[in-house]
This record gives sequence, C-alpha cells and structure tokens, in this order.
Amino acid sequence: MSLFYEDQKIGAAAALGAHTFSRESIIAFALLYDPQPFHLSEEAAKASIYGALIASGWHTASVCMRLLIDWRDRSRAERAALGEPLPQLGVSPGFRDMRWLAPVRAGDTIAYSTRVESLRETKRPQWGLVSSRNIGVNQHGAEVFAFTSAVFWERRPA
Amino acid sequence: MDLLYFEDFPPGEVVEYGDMEVSAVRIRAFAEQFDPQPFHLDESLARETMAGGLIASGWHSAAMLMRMSCDHFLTRSAAQGSPGIDELNWLRPVRPGDRLRVRRTTVNARPSASRPALGIVDFSFELVNQKGEVTMTQKNVILFKRRPAADGSAP
Repeated sequence: MSLFYEDQKIGAAAALGAHTFSRESIIAFALLYDPQPFHLSEEAAKASIYGALIASGWHTASVCMRLLIDWRDRSRAERAALGEPLPQLGVSPGFRDMRWLAPVRAGDTIAYSTRVESLRETKRPQWGLVSSRNIGVNQHGAEVFAFTSAVFWERRPA
Repeated sequence: MDLLYFEDFPPGEVVEYGDMEVSAVRIRAFAEQFDPQPFHLDESLARETMAGGLIASGWHSAAMLMRMSCDHFLTRSAAQGSPGIDELNWLRPVRPGDRLRVRRTTVNARPSASRPALGIVDFSFELVNQKGEVTMTQKNVILFKRRPAADGSAP
C-alpha cells in the first residue's frame, strides 16, 4: 500500500512507541515553555492539587508529535525502499478535543497510538484532510492523554 | 505579592500581553526535539514544501503562547492546570523574525461543582504577529483556586 490520501483507511491504527518522562526532562521543558510550580519542583508541586511533580501537558503533546513524525518517516522510508513515489508532506490546520486525563509523573512511561477517524476532501484539489485520534496510555494501563489531529495529505496524482 | 485567584478573571475581560521574537535558531531547536519536518528545520528544503519557507512548528507556537501566559499571569496566580484544549487552530504560518503577542478573552467563569475550592475559567486566546494578524487561536479552561475568605478559611 502506498501512502497517498486515497490509501488512508478509516479505523487504521498503529502503535507509535513509548516514551519515559524523566524528572530532568519534565523540568527542562517547563523552564522553557511552562514554568508553573507543579512542573518545576516536587516541593512546590506539593501545594498544588496534583501533590507531586507532573509534566506540562504541552510536553506530553509534543512527545506525541515527535513519535507521530518518527512513525510516519519510518513508513515513508519503507515505501521509498520499494521504489514507490511518496506524497508531499502536508501541514496541519489545528486540532480538537485534547484531554489531559490524568497527570504524567516523573518516571511514567507513556505508550502512544494513533487511529484514523475521518477522511475528507478539501477545496484544494491536491490535498485531502486526514483526521486521527491519538492517545497516550501509562504503564498502569490508564489513558492519560488524547487529541484529534488533522493533517493535509497529498492526493495521488491523476 | 497577592496571588490572582478565580475571582480575578471577570467574564468579558480582554487583555493583551507578551512580546516574543521568533528566531530561526529557536524554530529549529524546538523542531529538532519534537517536530522534525523539513519545513521546520531548513529554509532551502522548506521552500520546496507546502509551507513555502521555514515556519515554526505549531506545537512551538502553542508552547510560546503558554510561556507568555505563564510570564504574564499564570505564575503569579493560584492556577491549578487545565483538563485540556477544546480546539486550537493554526491560521497563518509563524516565520523567523516574527514578533508574537497574546490577546486573551475571558469567556466564562464558574465555580467547580465537584471541587468547591476551585473555579473554572473559560479562555479564548489569540496569538498575534507584528502585523496584527492572528496566527493561532486556542480555546480552553484553566482551573484556579478560589480566594480564601478574610479569616483564612477555604471557600
């Protein structure tokens, strides 16, 4: 199967891989982008409703993005090795319904996955739009993160 | 300094804050870690793509909005995080040399039914560039502790 818009199937799912959030990486992300007390130190987090250091939700989301890109690049490399043409990469118009369902704490390992939810044509003849539900599940089996992404996807040249 | 509590976010209030210059170095640094696509990494590769030139990762834009919100009000508030983002739209590319600020509208504010010590504030954020164009919009709630009574008791 090649990788153009027409090849995408509703319900197609893939495991993206897992990521362990170290204390150091949680604090490093927070210092740059989200310096709230419960993302910066165990001591300060005790006064919050979380009671312990937790990762910024944007950190949880950004790691998901990285794993999505790595997964897509692996698929593209496999198809390219077979000599198939590859679609151009599309940008995204945004996302919906992002939920941080439970805290991600230092040492947690989050396994991410993706599932195609809808496909639609756009006003641009070259591009379709692929919408997927992406989730993260921690080492205890609890879903901690989810969002619905949308990406422009090149259509197969006529 | 007094913290900002739930009661300090009246519905209808619109405020602007932040001034963040976006450099190619920072665009690449974020992208190398979290979003390594050609249009976020390399100007000449980016010219050949749908983006037409180097653009910041949308996740970087979201992170920059978050940082400006932290610096302007969240880190001097009793904010307790957020359950999620209802919607986020990337409307225009953010490119090297852009200067970004935030326009924040308080849409609604209500006490939490399940946790009386907390209030829920509904915000609409716009990330605005130096030309006054809105590059990104974001809708989400943030939880805040409610202001303790004068005698120190919790609400």
